[in-house]
This record gives sequence, C-alpha cells and structure tokens, in this order.
Amino acid sequence: MEVTVLLFLTSGLFLGWALGANDAANVFGTAVGTRMISFTTAAIICSVFLALGAVVSGAGAAHTLGKLGAVNALPGSFMAALSAALAVYMMTKAGLPVSTTQAIVGAIIGWNLFSSTITDSDSLVKILSTWVICPVLAAAISMGLYKFSAWFLHRAKWHLLRTDAYTRLGLILAGAFGSYSLGANNIGNVMGVFISSSPFTDFSFAGLFTFSSTQQLFLVGALAIGVGVMTYSKRVMVTVGGGLVPLSPVAAWVVVVSHSIVLFLFASQGLEAFLASHGLPTIPLVPVSSSQAVVGAVLGIAIIKGGRGIRWRVLGGISFGWMVTPVIAAAVCFVGLFFLQNVFDQKVFHPISYTLSPPVVEKLESDGVATGSLGELRGQTFDSAVALKDALGAISGLDSDRKGLIITAAKIEPVTIGDTGLEKMVAGALSTARAIAVVSLAGRQFRHRWALAQELANESETWREKAAGKENKAYNKALIADLDYVVRLFATGR
Amino acid sequence: MELKDIRLFRRTRSLEKEIDEFLDKLSESALVFKQAVHTYLDHGCSPEFDEMLHHVNKLESTADHLRRTIETQLYTQTLIPESRGDVLGLLENLDHIINLFEGALWSFSIETPDIPSVYHQGYRDLTNMGVETVESVVLASRAFFRNIEAVGDHNHKVLFYEKEADKISSKLKKEIFGSDLELAHKAHLRNFVEHIDNAADWAEDVADRLSIYVIKRTV
Repeated sequence: MEVTVLLFLTSGLFLGWALGANDAANVFGTAVGTRMISFTTAAIICSVFLALGAVVSGAGAAHTLGKLGAVNALPGSFMAALSAALAVYMMTKAGLPVSTTQAIVGAIIGWNLFSSTITDSDSLVKILSTWVICPVLAAAISMGLYKFSAWFLHRAKWHLLRTDAYTRLGLILAGAFGSYSLGANNIGNVMGVFISSSPFTDFSFAGLFTFSSTQQLFLVGALAIGVGVMTYSKRVMVTVGGGLVPLSPVAAWVVVVSHSIVLFLFASQGLEAFLASHGLPTIPLVPVSSSQAVVGAVLGIAIIKGGRGIRWRVLGGISFGWMVTPVIAAAVCFVGLFFLQNVFDQKVFHPISYTLSPPVVEKLESDGVATGSLGELRGQTFDSAVALKDALGAISGLDSDRKGLIITAAKIEPVTIGDTGLEKMVAGALSTARAIAVVSLAGRQFRHRWALAQELANESETWREKAAGKENKAYNKALIADLDYVVRLFATGR
Repeated sequence: MELKDIRLFRRTRSLEKEIDEFLDKLSESALVFKQAVHTYLDHGCSPEFDEMLHHVNKLESTADHLRRTIETQLYTQTLIPESRGDVLGLLENLDHIINLFEGALWSFSIETPDIPSVYHQGYRDLTNMGVETVESVVLASRAFFRNIEAVGDHNHKVLFYEKEADKISSKLKKEIFGSDLELAHKAHLRNFVEHIDNAADWAEDVADRLSIYVIKRTV
C-alpha cells in the first residue's frame, strides 16, 4: 500500500461526498421539503441504506467497475474523480440537483481529449438524451400516479391524520429503497477504480460471513457518501422539495415513487431479460439520472395542477446546471491532467497504440471488412486513436461503421495470462467454465483483445457470443463485461 | 405485527379519537344549550336550568382540555405539517362556539331577563336555527378530516341556517323595539337575541375558513 494510492483515494472520497450531498438529496428532497420527515431522520435513513446498498449489492457487480474504469491510469482517475466532484460541489453550493454520473461522463470526456482517445459518441448521446427522455418519462409516470393516488384517497376516505401517517411511512419506505439502489448503482463510480489497489484485506466474522476487501473499501466510500448527506444535502433537498413547485405530502410521495420507477424501468437489465425471454417488446436501456427523474416528476404534478406555481427561474437554473456540469467537469479535468502530468510528473494515462499489422488486416478480412482501400496504411502503427482516425479520414469511401471496426481491431492491448493476475482473480467474478478457460491459457500472451476473445472462444463455448437479437442482448453484454474484466486483470505492464 | 399496532399508527388512532371526541362535545353542548334555553323560557331560572348550565360548563372544560392535548400532539409529533395550522385554527374557532354557549347561559343565569311570552316563540326559533347551524358546522368539520368532498355540502347548509337565524333575529329585534316596553327592557332583550345569534354567526365564520382549508388541501 503506497502513500500515493491513499492520496488518490481522497478524490474518490470527495466524489462520494459530492454524491451524498447532491444525488442523495433527490431521494428525500420532497419528503424533507414538505416537512413530512425531518432532515435529521432523512439523513440517517438515507446514509444507512446507501451504505447497505453499497456494501451488500454494490460489491456483487464490482468486477464490472464504474464508468471511471475507462480511465487507464490511477493519477488519471484521481483527476477525473476530482473534477467530477468539483463540478457537483459547485452545483450543490448553488442548490441545484445534478447527477454525479453526468459529471463523471464529462470528466472522462476531458480525459479522452487529453489522452487523444476517441470519445464514444454514445456517451454524448447518453448525456443529451437523458436531459429529454428522463424528465418526460418521469413526468408522465408521476401524472398517472398522482391521478391514481387522488382517486384512491377519494375512495379510501381515510382520516386526515391516517393519510398523513401512511404518507409518512410511504415516504420513508420509498426513500430507503431509493437510497439502497443509489448506493448499489453508484458506489462503483466512487470506489470502483481503487479496487485493485484496495488497502484492506478480507476477514470473516466467526466463520459466519466474509467481509471482503472490496466490501470494506465500499463501506469507506459509503461513509463518505453518508457524510455528504449529513453535511451538505439540505440545500438541494429544499430546491427539490419546494423550490420548484410547492408540493403536498401525497405529491411528495408520488415524486419519490415515480423517480424510483423510472430508474428501475430504464436501468434494470433483469426486467429487459424478463421481457425478452417472454417474447415481449423490450424497453431500451437508457441511462437515466435521478435528479432529472425527480425534476421531471415534480413538473408532472405541476402540469396536472394546470402549470400554476412553477418557479421558472428555478427550473431555468436547474436546466442550466445540467448543461454546464459535464462541461465544467471536462474542462477542469483537462486542465488538471495537464498540471498533474507536467508539474507533478504523474503518468495520467497509458498511451494506447494502434497498428494495422498483417494479423489485424487478416482479422478484418475474416470479419468481412474490405481492407483493399487501406493502401499504404497497412503495416503502420499509430500513437493514438485520434491519429489512426485522422489517417482513416483521409481515405475516401470508408463509412463510420467500418472505421469503428478498424479502430477496434487495431487497438493494441497487450495481455499476459500470468500468475499475478490469476491470483488476483476474484472468486465468483467469472462463471466456473469461463474461469477454467482463462486458466487453461496460462502463460499465453495476446496483443489484441480480439485475439484473446478468439482463443477463449476456442477453449470454451461459454466464451462465444450468441447470435445478435433481443433475447441474447443481455447475455452478450455480460460476456463483454467479463472479457473487460479479464483484459483489465491480465493487462501487461500495469 | 399488524399495521395498526405500529407506534406511529397507534398514536394516530388515539389522536383521531380525540378529535372525534372534541367534535362530540361541541355537538352535545349545542343540544344541551337548546334544551336549556327552552327550559328557561318555560320555567325561568329553575334547578333544571342550573343543571344544564353546569353540564355545558363541564363540556366546555373537557373540550378545552381535549383541544390543548390535540394541539400539543400535533406540534410535538410534527404531524400533518401542511394542514397543522389550519387544524389548529379550526379547533380554536370551534372551541369558541362552546364558549359562546356557556357565556349565553351564564348571562341567563345572572341577569335572569324577563322575556314576555309573546317573544317566546321567536327566541325558541332563533335557538333552534342557531343550533342547526352549529350542528352543520360540526358535520362539515368531521368531513374535513374524513371526506373532504362532503365539506361543501355541509357548509352550504351552515350558510342557509345562518341566514335563516339572521332573519329571525332581525324580526325579533324589530318586534321588541316596536313594542311599548321600556327602553332598558328592550335593550336587555336585544342583548339576549344577540347572545343566541352569535353562535350561528361564529359557525358561519368557521364554515368560511373551512372552505378555504379545503381549497388548500385539494390544490
């Protein structure tokens, strides 16, 4: 355990704090804003369930890492996490609800620009689409749910006090559930990149259950989130809970529940698999952000009430915050990386080279990509993805799909199936059949990811992709995640 | 463990019961007030009348106690944050109606007004109408807690009865001042018309507030 690793860990903790101060406020904002639950109660419930979600469910998917996993050097992740946290902190200070995820994607774009990595156009589409899709959906769901609640309460004829008590219980349950999912989903972003350098060791309680080093690491992250909730989330809670539109307690409950439904519908791979396996049309898995869902749900209720009482200034501020958060994160990250590299002499990224060597050309041919037009680029090596892309851009008649295939195949990712990697392999991260296939390749070296994938597929049919289609989408996605894990684990020279 | 056994819900149930009890006391005091006025008109300041005065007295202090308990609980347990102020205002205004009843009966007992028999029917009608008004406002208040849509129906009746009571009291006052009684006597009789009518007026004010609370709660 080096001191530098500890130093780098602090930015993860800062990010955790920012997550607690902002994202967590979305879950309990309306409950606190309508004074149904005191801030202290909300903060305690929120922190406890966040920690539970992070430790119990977060570690299960640990091997897929968070989004920051794309950043391939620890000092680089440090700066990405730091800039994302700073962007969220600024928004929190202004009392605006934003999503940490958006800030992180922004920070990664900053890193991409700095390291001449091509930014996945999907990430940009993700940011832009969530600004629209998510609030609209949340508004639609909250409108329906609000109508239903009004109808139900009319039928039930509960006493005012009883309605109050049930609403309170509903808010606590929905809030606890929301906090749990938030912890499970986001801890990967906060602590994911530090798993491989975790300073903790596994230990077991009286042989009853094991507390893995990852779980301990996540607990530390969850504590940071908890501190964020306790110390700084009140301002955002007030904005969400009453700053936008004055809400009644039942409306507050409707907001929390519709926000959870949106997050569940559009982030649940389980639901997608279930729908696909029953031959039903699937819902596209759009990455949604909780703050956008909450703001959308609040607006939905405002619309049902005729649109009166919406404070447009606050709404404008929130929308502005959504737009500038990724931009700030990207800018801060870019500048920060420059300083880290040139002033503090840190290696903020591992340069990735690309080659159009004969094996790559052969592979492309076998995949049905015509390589005739590559001409003199054959056999050349490029310093970065951007360099290769520019070179390909000079060739006419190449569409972007084929360019993408060529860049993916040309990427050099040296992998050595060595002892250190095998020792580090977490039990349960891969299925037994897949793990056996990996072990059987011990001692082998690969220059490209596709070469490793081919060998693994030869070793075991569990490593083969299934035919493209809705019903196999989840399977193939999981397969790619497993391959990512193996590549990361056995990467040469890290 | 059933839902109703959870502490939060047990507390809620006891508070619900206390609010119901408070409204019962108000309704009961209105009925006893009616009986008491009728008894006074028939037999003057008789022992039965004193007993009824005593009864209303007791109802008033019980209602006061209940109101304080409810208010304290609402605030210490931070219940119904949105409607807390409204409920508080409602209870205090309803409580004032009992005070008006009690005050009117005390005045009968202390001042023992000499009401000529020609006006007896007028006083009876006025009392009946005033009590109807209060009874309706009690129903409207119950509806505010349990069935908000029904508040409007009851409020409508409150307004109707109050208007009727106003008509009766104006007519009665005209008759009194048109008679050849002494001015002091006329003024004394007028005071008692107003004592009785006050309860109906106050009930109307409560109904007005209730309709605003309803708008606040449905928005």
